[in-house]
Amino acid sequence: MQLELSPEDAAFRDEMRTFFTTQVSQDIRDAVAERRELTKEQIVESQQTLNAAGLAVPHWPEEWGGRGWTPLRRHIWHEEMQLACVPPPLAFNASMVGPVIAAFGTREQKERFLPKTANLDIWWSQGFSEPESGSDLASLRTTAVRDGDEFVVNGQKTWTTLGQHGDWIFNLVRTDPEVKKQAGISFLLIDMTTPGVTVRPIELIDGGHEVNEVWFEDVRVPAENLVGELNKGWDYAKFLLGNERVGVAPVGATKRVLAQAKDYARSVSQIPGGGGVTLLDDPLTAARIAELENELLALELTALRVVAHSADGKPHPASSVLKLKGTELQQAVSELVVDLAGPASLASGAGDDSDLAGWARRSTPVYLNLRKASIYGGSNEVQRQIISKTILGL
Amino acid sequence: MDFTYDEEQLALRDAVRGLVGRSYSDFERRRRAVAEEPGFDEKLWTRLAEMGVLGLPFAEKNGGMGAGPVEVGIVAQEIGRVLAPEPFLTSVVLAGGVVAAAGTEEQRSELLEALASGESLLAFAHAEPGTRWSSAASVVVAAGSGEAWTLTGVKEPVPHGARADQLVVSALLESGDTGLFLVAGDADGLTRTGYSTYDGGRAARVAFETTPAVPLGEAGADQGAAVSRALEGARVAAANEAIGAMQFQLDATSDYLKTRKQFGVPLKTFQALTFRAADMYVSLELATSVAVWATMVLASGNPEEVTDAAARAGLQVSRAGRHIGQEAIQLHGGIAMTAEYSVGSYTSHLTALDHLLGDGQFHLSALAAVVGDHDEVDPLP
Repeated sequence: MQLELSPEDAAFRDEMRTFFTTQVSQDIRDAVAERRELTKEQIVESQQTLNAAGLAVPHWPEEWGGRGWTPLRRHIWHEEMQLACVPPPLAFNASMVGPVIAAFGTREQKERFLPKTANLDIWWSQGFSEPESGSDLASLRTTAVRDGDEFVVNGQKTWTTLGQHGDWIFNLVRTDPEVKKQAGISFLLIDMTTPGVTVRPIELIDGGHEVNEVWFEDVRVPAENLVGELNKGWDYAKFLLGNERVGVAPVGATKRVLAQAKDYARSVSQIPGGGGVTLLDDPLTAARIAELENELLALELTALRVVAHSADGKPHPASSVLKLKGTELQQAVSELVVDLAGPASLASGAGDDSDLAGWARRSTPVYLNLRKASIYGGSNEVQRQIISKTILGL
Repeated sequence: MDFTYDEEQLALRDAVRGLVGRSYSDFERRRRAVAEEPGFDEKLWTRLAEMGVLGLPFAEKNGGMGAGPVEVGIVAQEIGRVLAPEPFLTSVVLAGGVVAAAGTEEQRSELLEALASGESLLAFAHAEPGTRWSSAASVVVAAGSGEAWTLTGVKEPVPHGARADQLVVSALLESGDTGLFLVAGDADGLTRTGYSTYDGGRAARVAFETTPAVPLGEAGADQGAAVSRALEGARVAAANEAIGAMQFQLDATSDYLKTRKQFGVPLKTFQALTFRAADMYVSLELATSVAVWATMVLASGNPEEVTDAAARAGLQVSRAGRHIGQEAIQLHGGIAMTAEYSVGSYTSHLTALDHLLGDGQFHLSALAAVVGDHDEVDPLP
């Protein structure tokens, strides 16, 4: 047992910290720190800065830009990035479709897609969920029917995050309606400029436009865009979702927001006129922050235990704990910030000429937006199911 | 960074598990042990001494094994797993820890060697009526100078205070500081009234009436820091003991959900129950992470970091212990309310551990008071 990082890993941590805090544009990092929405251009710029330094897709096979790091180094990379307010590489590219193409795609698909996927020259969208297929994803009904050298796709996908920026979409489609639902699904890549693809925004409770519906009407897709084998898409989807669960506990980012919350609390007077007594001096507020801080510590240490014990890159079953608790804490910290803001949290529609602090004005949209966190990536109830079945054997 | 035990540590765990686990493999044997005085198995205590467990944390020159907090944690987990009533935590880790922190070289050799060999049971008489988890003494008052001192006042509850051969006692000095003293079990003016605690443990009211006492360490010196250090070491060991007990409760609950049938089907058919078991697992994993981390911080020895880590482990384990202890009973149903079935007794003991050295609320108060002094908590040095 040893607490310290090895000298090599400590040096690696310093290297990451230095890079993230000096090489990524300050305006992008400020936007993340102030919890502002990033533009597409900022997300692309940030990922391209990382990719130029070999830091966008370190977990991919080395041939395609991977670094062959240990799970611990990947964890350090991910944490330092979040602590430095650097937006992580776009998950749809780096964590989802990239690893699937690298593992199951043809040589041609890899050469065609992987470099551009790593560099965010192609912006990928995810076409998994459907109106009738949420947690029961395998019940999906979007069809792809073979017609010569093409598939003809019809159906509707939903919750397509940032689909308005998407160049391509990776889809689960039903290619055999006669067999058991999991056995008739394929993984298909579709150019979103193809005739018949329509993206429609969904307005959310936070007032923002983050997710979309994507409609497919007789969309003709070249058969060469099928990934892996026909009707094996469910296996690839499980592979993808397993990867998704690992990175989904945003420990570093939540830690950072909680640290910021102390400054927010210091900026709010308890007594009119100030008198130097701030909300951080309120014992109940201080206890609430201290308790969240302790739970985050427990989560971070659990993440370290999981990465230390995960063999050959496969997700440890306990990674469900990280998703479950990680999103709960992310939500709890966002709720704390709304409460610290008090009435100022109502002013979400105010402009920059408002007398109220930006963090306070943005606090409620962020809180409302993050209610999604316990639903996506396998809802927290699905995680409980995984824990009770695969770990406890129930 | 490495969260795994090395081979020697695994061998220690297996040896302790072999001895303690075998002794209490049948819960009925634990029930018998706590039903009679002194509330634990003296033969097993002797065998633990022979194995070196009772001298584990002490320096070799003081008759100990020179092992560290990680090894102490391993033993504590095994004790927790079977709810062994032997006073490893209160006598070896806590009372022995006070002697190791405050005693003169001569006192350490004499007392710790006797403790390690099983010849002499030590108890730390520290808690006082009307106070709560303080590191200072205020009710028992010391008077004297040089080597001639007497103590007056009451300590209660003192873990294993009636059976102990020798008492380590904290007392208020004239200076207002807290001193430490040794009192022999047969000293004049000493009245000890022992009783059982709800979890089968033993405690006592110990009254001093101008009772002769020998200073532990330098006479008249403030030993508050030594008391704090020993309490922190014991908190970390207690967290490990609780982890072992919670692990047992989760295992027992999972097994029960698989085997117990109602409405013609096993209980695990009901998601209302399996989801609650999943939440118990989450609590245990998180608490284990903090307890193991605090154990490593204690091993690294930076006093400020240890104070913080012991409080953090205390808070996390307190929360987890209540959650898991309460749910283990609920998911079992009525059977867990009986003294005959083990699971409820674990909840009882977790409750005792929670209140021995400071509960979650107590630790949270301490952490909240300094929450503005740092930005983030970084667990790695």
